[in-house]
Amino acid sequence: MSEKLETLSNRWNNLRKILERPGPFSHPDFEPSLEIINFLMNTCKILVIGAGGLGCELLKDLALMGFRDIHVIDMDTIEISNLNRQFLFRHKDIGFPKAEVAAKFVNSRVKGCQVTAYFKKIQDFDANFYRQFHIIVCGLDSIVARRWINGMLISMLNYNDDVLDQSSIIPLIDGGTEGFKGNARVILPGMTACVECTLDLYPPQVTYPLCTIANTPRLPEHCIEYVKVVQWPKENPWGTALDGDDPHHINWVHEKSLERAQQFNITGVTYRLVQGVVKNIIPAVASTNAVIAAICATEVFKLATSCYVPLNNFLVFNDVDGIYTYTYESEKKENCLACSQIPQTVVIKDPEEAKLKDLIQILQEDSRYQMRSPGLITTIDGKNRTLYISSIKSIEERTRENLNKTLSELGLKEGCEVAVSDITSPNTVIIRLHFQTTDVEMKKLIN
Amino acid sequence: MIKLFSLKQQKKDGEASPKTANQKKASAAQLRIAKDINELNLPKTCTTEFPDPDDLLNFKLIICPDEGFYRTGRFVFSFKVGPNYPHEPPKVKCETQVYHPNIDQQGNVCLNILREDWKPVLTINSIVYGLQYLFLEPNPEDPLNKEAADVLTTNRRLFEQNVQKAMRGGFVGGTYFDRCLK
Repeated sequence: MSEKLETLSNRWNNLRKILERPGPFSHPDFEPSLEIINFLMNTCKILVIGAGGLGCELLKDLALMGFRDIHVIDMDTIEISNLNRQFLFRHKDIGFPKAEVAAKFVNSRVKGCQVTAYFKKIQDFDANFYRQFHIIVCGLDSIVARRWINGMLISMLNYNDDVLDQSSIIPLIDGGTEGFKGNARVILPGMTACVECTLDLYPPQVTYPLCTIANTPRLPEHCIEYVKVVQWPKENPWGTALDGDDPHHINWVHEKSLERAQQFNITGVTYRLVQGVVKNIIPAVASTNAVIAAICATEVFKLATSCYVPLNNFLVFNDVDGIYTYTYESEKKENCLACSQIPQTVVIKDPEEAKLKDLIQILQEDSRYQMRSPGLITTIDGKNRTLYISSIKSIEERTRENLNKTLSELGLKEGCEVAVSDITSPNTVIIRLHFQTTDVEMKKLIN
Repeated sequence: MIKLFSLKQQKKDGEASPKTANQKKASAAQLRIAKDINELNLPKTCTTEFPDPDDLLNFKLIICPDEGFYRTGRFVFSFKVGPNYPHEPPKVKCETQVYHPNIDQQGNVCLNILREDWKPVLTINSIVYGLQYLFLEPNPEDPLNKEAADVLTTNRRLFEQNVQKAMRGGFVGGTYFDRCLK
């Protein structure tokens, strides 16, 4: 208790000035109170995804801001090339997990802050894990990972009669940098534009026409790409997939690329370029990371305390020449594959007896759906299952027997979701099965 | 604006419980591929094979052209759809050895929409039509098998004979081809 008073009175004085009195820029609904700082320090639980360039900055920013229960996930280990900007790591840490080293550093440096590390992939955790957090903030370098966590948070939303239950929302703050450019965005899953809504914003991976790299290379990149996609699979010198982190592999690709470049009188194949092309390396600039992470951390703070209006909702940053920022509201996509998918409840009247073909009949005949030949897939025990698809002969033959099975024989339970695609709808639709229980059973459930 | 503080201050570890069965959700890539597959509209020369009907991300396409140089042949392509579909195209390989200007001995296929011209609005169906077109109109301008392309531009008859020879099984130039007549 005494420690709490001490911390409240001294170290966090600046925070108290923001949280315990209104200001000209504070949120119109903001109610200053002593409770907010208490929430920040004792209840609020933040998840940081990624402990790399942005992650190190984020952990430092959040810890020094007063957040004390921070969790961090990262699947990588520390490499020498990280040390110039990932300042929580030292030379002796090379080869150790980023998440663990970063957590240890912050814990020893910021008194009272408890960072919990997970040396894992985000995909190793389920909804029960992610549900414990108030806010999730990402510093990732992969679109797949962004889409995954986005999909996870959207799948955790609850709807009551098609109305979003706001307490099931976990805000996602996403930062990204590439050289001198960066962006930060605030996503309120189900309410504002999500990663999938704006998927077109991500630049496509640089690829070269296969015939060009095979026959008419003009650039050093063409030579490297040729070795990567044609020569490596053909000769496979180590009998494994090409590993961009293995110096032997890079050396091999470098040598072969030089040979090829010589054949075609191309100059400019260097070891670094080989690394860049093979690993898709994007140059990282420490100051860009610092700015983007600071913006993200500020948004975490604003959402956690409700004291200021949060970013609405997409900020781009560029300091190639001077400093440029622009903020705009990216819009929700009406037919977004992820967030427009409000599961529609389909009532199953006789759950004991209902068969898959009865469900399909509902989808075809109910005036809400009027589908032609719906294809149904689902996940059962974490595995994808194709329940029935009529349009593909080989699948139809092997799923036909499912039609006469009851829903429970197929492993479908109350509340299960089934993805249905049909030509009558531009997207796959999610339906949620609701097994209607009789009055007698209902009473049993209540008692 | 949502007020996280008022909504969630009571939230403690494991307290909030899910309303429904905790079911793993299909990913966006899966939802999209389910749509693509359900709406596959194959030309009569094409069939698909799903070794595992529960796995819509890995399958084979079999093309039996009914006209052009490659009629009477049977060509198998493997499709691997990754987690980043449709942001990235599926990986398509030709599993049948074929004497073709745009397909090499490793099964790499030079089709623009499989690499540089891929766009998320394209579907599996677009690729099927693209592949079928390669058999109707092999393109010597963008060769992957340069020898075959040269023969096609200089001597169409010889090209046709070479294709026949390769499909029946045997050597063309120094390369051996397995029989792939249907």
